[in-house]
Amino acid sequence: MHPAYSVIVFSTLSGAGYGLLALAALAGAAHGPASSFAFGALVLGVGLGLVTIGLLSSMLHLGHPERAWRAMSQWRSSWLSREGVMALATYVPAVVFGWLWLDPASSPMAIRIVGLLLALMCALTVVCTAMIYCSLATIRQWRQPLVLPVYLVMAVATGAALLLAIATPFGRGAAVLAIIAVVALLGAMVLKLCYWHAIDRAPRELTLAMATGLPEPVRQWELAHTARNFVMQEMGYHVGRRHARRLRRKVVALLAVAAILALPALSLGAGILAAIAAVLSAASALAGALIERWLFFAEAEHVSSLYYGTPRA
Amino acid sequence: MSEPQIDLSPKTWDRITTTTCYMCACRCGIKVYLDNGRVRYIEGNRDHPVNKGVLCAKGSAGIMQHNSPARLTEPLVRVGPRGAGEFRAIAWEEALATATQWLGAIRASDPRKLAFFTGRDQSQALTGWWASQFGTPNYAAHGGFCSVNMAAAGLYTFGGSFWEFGEADWRYAKYFLLFGVAEDHASNPIKAGLGRLKARGAKIVSINPVRTGYSAIADEWIGIRPGTDGLLVGALIHELLKAGQVDLDYLIRYTNAPWLVIMDEGAGDHGLIARFEGAPLVLDRRSGRPRLAADPQVKPALDGEAELPDGRRAVPAFRLLVERYLAEDYSPDSVAERCGVPASTIRRLAAELADVAFRQSIELDVPWRDVQGRRHAGMIGRPVAMHAMRGISAHSNGFHTCRTIHLLQLILGTVDVPGGFRYKPPFPKPPPPAVKPAGKPDEVAPLTPMPGPPLGFVTEPRDLLVDEAGRPCRIDKAYSWEAPFAAHGLMHTVIANAARGDPYPVEVLFLYMANMSWNSAMNVSGTIADLTARRADGEYQIPKIIYSDAFCSEMVAYADLVLPDTTYLERWDCISLLDRPISEADGPADAIRQPVVAPDRDVRPFQDVLLDLGHRLGLPGMTTPQGTPRYPGGYADYIVNHERAPGIGSLAGFRGPDGTKAGKGEPNPEQLERYIENGCHWYRELPAHMRYYRFANRDYLDWSVQFGFNARADGIVMQLYCEALQKFRLAAQGHGDVQPPAEHRARIARYFDPLPLWYPPFEEEAVDGASYPLHAITQRPMAMYHSWGSQNAWLRQIIGRNWLYMSTDRARELGLADGDWVRVRSSHGEIVVPLKTMTGVNRDTVWTWNAVGKRSGSWNLVEDAPESRQGFLLNHLIADLLPEREGGFRYANCDPVTGQAAWYDLRVSIERVAPETATLPQFASLGLPPGTEPRPPVLDGCP
Amino acid sequence: MTSLPDTTAPGQVKLGLVIDLDTCVGCQACAVACKEWNTQGYPAPLTDEDPYGADPIGVWLNRVHGYESGEGQAARTVHFPRSCLHCENAACVTVCPTGASYKRRSDGIVLVDPDTCIGCKLCSWACPYGAREYDYRAGVMKKCTLCVDRIYNDHLEAEDRQPACVRACPTGARHFGDLGDRDSAVSRLVSERAGDDLLPELGYRPVNKYLPPRTTSAGPPPEPPRALPPIGQGDGSLVESFFAWVDRALGA
Ligand SMILES: Nc1nc2c(c(=O)[nH]1)N[C@H]1C(S)=C(S)[C@@H](COP(=O)(O)OP(=O)(O)OC[C@H]3O[C@@H](n4cnc5c(=O)[nH]c(N)nc54)[C@H](O)[C@@H]3O)O[C@H]1N2
Ligand SMILES: Nc1nc2c(c(=O)[nH]1)N[C@H]1C(S)=C(S)[C@@H](COP(=O)(O)OP(=O)(O)OC[C@H]3O[C@@H](n4cnc5c(=O)[nH]c(N)nc54)[C@H](O)[C@@H]3O)O[C@H]1N2
Ligand code: SF4
Ligand code: SF4
Ligand code: SF4
Ligand code: SF4
Ligand code: SF4
Ligand SMILES: [Mo]
Repeated sequence: MHPAYSVIVFSTLSGAGYGLLALAALAGAAHGPASSFAFGALVLGVGLGLVTIGLLSSMLHLGHPERAWRAMSQWRSSWLSREGVMALATYVPAVVFGWLWLDPASSPMAIRIVGLLLALMCALTVVCTAMIYCSLATIRQWRQPLVLPVYLVMAVATGAALLLAIATPFGRGAAVLAIIAVVALLGAMVLKLCYWHAIDRAPRELTLAMATGLPEPVRQWELAHTARNFVMQEMGYHVGRRHARRLRRKVVALLAVAAILALPALSLGAGILAAIAAVLSAASALAGALIERWLFFAEAEHVSSLYYGTPRA
Repeated sequence: MSEPQIDLSPKTWDRITTTTCYMCACRCGIKVYLDNGRVRYIEGNRDHPVNKGVLCAKGSAGIMQHNSPARLTEPLVRVGPRGAGEFRAIAWEEALATATQWLGAIRASDPRKLAFFTGRDQSQALTGWWASQFGTPNYAAHGGFCSVNMAAAGLYTFGGSFWEFGEADWRYAKYFLLFGVAEDHASNPIKAGLGRLKARGAKIVSINPVRTGYSAIADEWIGIRPGTDGLLVGALIHELLKAGQVDLDYLIRYTNAPWLVIMDEGAGDHGLIARFEGAPLVLDRRSGRPRLAADPQVKPALDGEAELPDGRRAVPAFRLLVERYLAEDYSPDSVAERCGVPASTIRRLAAELADVAFRQSIELDVPWRDVQGRRHAGMIGRPVAMHAMRGISAHSNGFHTCRTIHLLQLILGTVDVPGGFRYKPPFPKPPPPAVKPAGKPDEVAPLTPMPGPPLGFVTEPRDLLVDEAGRPCRIDKAYSWEAPFAAHGLMHTVIANAARGDPYPVEVLFLYMANMSWNSAMNVSGTIADLTARRADGEYQIPKIIYSDAFCSEMVAYADLVLPDTTYLERWDCISLLDRPISEADGPADAIRQPVVAPDRDVRPFQDVLLDLGHRLGLPGMTTPQGTPRYPGGYADYIVNHERAPGIGSLAGFRGPDGTKAGKGEPNPEQLERYIENGCHWYRELPAHMRYYRFANRDYLDWSVQFGFNARADGIVMQLYCEALQKFRLAAQGHGDVQPPAEHRARIARYFDPLPLWYPPFEEEAVDGASYPLHAITQRPMAMYHSWGSQNAWLRQIIGRNWLYMSTDRARELGLADGDWVRVRSSHGEIVVPLKTMTGVNRDTVWTWNAVGKRSGSWNLVEDAPESRQGFLLNHLIADLLPEREGGFRYANCDPVTGQAAWYDLRVSIERVAPETATLPQFASLGLPPGTEPRPPVLDGCP
Repeated sequence: MTSLPDTTAPGQVKLGLVIDLDTCVGCQACAVACKEWNTQGYPAPLTDEDPYGADPIGVWLNRVHGYESGEGQAARTVHFPRSCLHCENAACVTVCPTGASYKRRSDGIVLVDPDTCIGCKLCSWACPYGAREYDYRAGVMKKCTLCVDRIYNDHLEAEDRQPACVRACPTGARHFGDLGDRDSAVSRLVSERAGDDLLPELGYRPVNKYLPPRTTSAGPPPEPPRALPPIGQGDGSLVESFFAWVDRALGA
């Protein structure tokens, strides 16, 4: 699949944003109001900002962004619509949560209730995003049980790395948070490795012969058109195997580096070094996530590319 | 939520009108939907006899041709050197005055100095007549480089032909043999016919080195090695003869198989038909004596030896034929390797043919009478149909190979019978039609029309257009000893001959609708050099070139005066029975084109311009005695009012004062209106008893005389044995008063064999097989018409570049793979092109789609268009002349009988080269003529 | 209307195409006729960018591929037209977030509403058959409409109320009709010729069917003779024994 930057940026940033919001919400649920207004505001600002930039970026992908509102209408059948609905709906608990969380006078119970709701909705939004992809029967690499967990864990991992990066400079060395970040980052890494292993191992079961109903072997002789077209461009994108391997190693390395850079927060508390490390960890995690998402598209092989000469899909 | 409401009955047009498609020469009927005077949609006309409603890709893309930014917009005169594409726009008056001045001068001194060649002309009845009126013999259209072998072989054999002059009996055929056809002129009818065969479960066998298109849907594909069909068919004939699977009655009744051939080696009439007062003789089986072939009481023998009244020996022609084909040379085992077809396959094919022809024969319950007065209770059909085209004819052995196929048809008795091959009226005609070419030295004089048409059919050396010394009279050397049966002329030799002044220089080269500096040239760069060659005094060797095109093709840059034509939707045209007809086998048809939109540029229909020029030059047929134009209403006026012979004009329908006559009748001033009311065509279905056996069908032949198709109703005897060929051979052997010059004798003697024969294509003989191990051929892409398609925004997306295809196995053996770039070398030149492999191709053959490659800058495409950067032509590899012979003489790369260009004789070698970014050769980019519209960057509205 | 209509009801009309791969010669007539009608029809325009340039790209609703299938004697070249199959289980419809993609309840035609499509392209991802083409300039998805603006069009003569591609196809390889009706001409064709679904394993249940190339001709000769027996074994040459046969045949 053609890795469209708008969609990659969208899913990476909104994933990180929802991860961040969800963790903040859980922190609120556990500890009550934010420790400082500035900290809380920054967390919420970054979280909502990422989510919003992501959504705006996804609108760039549309041919008719001015009609985007229509995308809310088909939540009964469409995961994309559900995602839109959830994304918008999540603003409500996010704002209420922010209102409560930033106010030291808020009732912890209220924060807890709204926080849990927010976390749940963040998770559901990410689930919707993942479902857009893994519900498609047309792409072997997406119709994969690991896609959903990867999306969720990546969201938590990038969100946690971001939260850590914000918390540490504020002198809030939170060991628990660092542990969550490290575990999530490593978890994402492991899941991703499993995912790659799975897609590499899963046979390409569909052949051009099946796509055409003709006796094996079937090979493309003439292109339908010698000029380019949308399907070739969108579904026919092919990333070189070696290039993909190299990028996979980068993702693993970046996630590993992110995890390692999160460790100082665990051991050194909230020192300046830990803060720098945490910021770098977040950057590394986001970079890893971006590449991971790029690969998620670039490695995806669409069934329809069979008609354009791919031997198996 | 409910479904959106959509308008299920939109009406996007305000008017629907009819006309005839000219996106190719098939000439289907179309309905044009117009909205506010703009063409909105084109579809096939269901009532039209040719296409019956269907429409091909090109036809549907007509809108984009009509709106092409490559259209010429105004007359042009050259200002820079030839080929630089520098022009000045001029007014029509200046253009016509210039042409009149150039042409007037030579008409008054030596009309031969005009060479008028009209390419893909559909108004040859007009242009040929115009040339005759002008007084020049130097006229032809594209047939000589196209498929004249096919036309001539058929017309000399049975007075009809494949090509578009006849068709398979799609209704009844059970077995269909298709030789060397990718597309052909009857584009839609063949496709529709194949569909009908499929629907009935008939077997289709395609003999073709490449398995695409029609061959792809064949039940059996025979991937023959190019140039060997004559052997394959000869072997089929061998097998059929050997097994006695021959329609003897048919041969005796309808062919000259029983005619007696004089056997008197060394005499001036050896090998000619034995005649009594001009009438052919046969050997009567009862009396054992020679008798008139036409005598219905006689029982002609197919074997035996007759003693002629003068005591000489004569044998039935059939005997000679059987001797040739039963020889071991034609046994399946002898030909198998050469053809690349297993002997067992050949044997099986022969068995299948015999099985269908004789054991699955059919009989229509339609009584009919033959010319000898015999009544037949029904029409017997041998349901084996055949069709062949350029894969057969575009070889230097094409004429004889076509004749061999006709021979196969005749021994199976499958010509114009139910289930076989069928004539389309006005065919059959006498083999050959009784028109002789004019243009002998005494027939050409200043200010005088020639006494006849420039093209026709020679039957003896005396008919040739040669001077006392045997030198050609025509610039293209048609009807000379180099190409005696050149029924369509040799357009492919004109430029080279004119540039060399061989046989004489010309002053004006007047071309219409032929992209002669590119895809229709053999030896493209040589042709370009010839077009720009200068004499010592700096003048061009071809001093003046006038060209009419509708688009900025590669040829425009080489013209001195450009006469811009309209598109096909903007003019009157006439698809006449006097020209290449569009008839159905079931009856004659003709059609018109009417202007459905007015031109929005300063262009004029070429036919109007030609009539105008004719009047300005004072050509008698186009000028009244008072000096006014005879056809002031232009071509439309001519179509209606011109009479070729009394009562016979361009259109056969709606003649007579009240429009009720057909065929012959006085001109009808309302004829065009009638045609328009009838959907721009006319069709007369023949009654059932006149639809088959028309060579001998009393009622049909009588009708054909009344209708004006034939002069006499005597019946047409099909010529297995072609006496005309023998007459030329005799001349070469030193008999008669017109004999070939010494250097041509051996060649004439060899190839003017009265029986079909096979010989290796000339290039195969001339070049070393080890150095050039592969054959290289082209095929027509179905969605492109020669060079015109690439300016079409839709068609060029389908095929905007080409690859060289070769067999996967052969490529592997040569260490080549898909995507490689290769250098392809012939004895003449080389090209560098991208390669693709496929399984469906003969292992000794490489091929590509024809005419996809374009010269950079032409057709108003961007300079680095894929057509010029990745597209290519094979033409750069094809020599226009055969290798030098003794005395430095070189024959054109042609069939020795007809002069047909031997495109598919090409032999090449192939080797891998480093990947290139563009194919080679590349030529300097052509500039755009003034007035061309800018290319739209996007098409996103209704066209 | 992203939810799919229930098409299991008996008598449900399922309009679609039946494409005969045994007859298609790959002429592209259907592709161009489709382009021509639809660029001025319901989904108009079908944009072409850079139409005369180095890299043209245009929207087409029907494309004809060329494949080679099988090996050795059984090898064939197959021309393969491909357009929307109007699937019964059309995921392209259910994934659409706006309802612009829908399947008509009355006849099963799958359409895109050009006025509400946001151009998210998800439907094209959901289509295994590559049948949807995005119009980059118009910003909406385009697809085969089964010529919904022809087949019911009162302004056209009855015989012309068929899809443009079917109307144009010179070989008659394309058939249009109601595949929901088991007695319709198209349904009969499908059962006689063992028409099949493309990629049935994906469960989209296409309405359009493809008739596979016949392996052997249905027609004569039923038992192909392998070679012809020569006539009489006369002691003379082939020529003489041939003429001896001629004499016998003509009854001397
Ligand atoms: N390698 C190779 N070369 C071949 C062949 C092959 O098989 N292989 N085939 C040969 C054969 S059979 C043929 S017939 C030739 C065909 O070759 P050409 O006869 O050159 O045919 P076109 O390329 O169609 O060019 C005809 C010209 O007519 C112009 N034209 C189109 N419409 C109109 C119009 O309405 N009015 C006017 N005035 N001009 C118009 C076009 O712009 C174009 O310049 O090619 C030959 N060349
Ligand atoms: N779409 C489209 N239609 C056209 C044209 C066009 O340009 N485009 N051009 C028109 C013109 S001008 C013409 S002349 C006709 C020509 O119509 P065709 O005769 O169909 O023309 P070609 O494409 O030259 O096809 C020649 C076929 O013969 C095969 N062949 C080559 N050599 C041999 C051989 O030695 N033996 C056998 N058995 N087969 C061989 C080739 O593989 C090819 O399939 O088409 C007309 N129709
Ligand atoms: S075959 Fe096609 S291009 Fe040729 S006349 Fe017919 S519709 Fe037009
Ligand atoms: S129009 Fe018919 S024959 Fe031509 S490509 Fe389409 S389906 Fe095949
Ligand atoms: S073919 Fe593709 S676009 Fe058409 S209905 Fe099926 S899934 Fe949808
Ligand atoms: S591109 Fe249009 S039709 Fe397709 S899913 Fe998006 S909104 Fe629906
Ligand atoms: S049914 Fe209409 S829209 Fe669909 S492929 Fe055919 S012509 Fe195109
Ligand atoms: Mo031709």
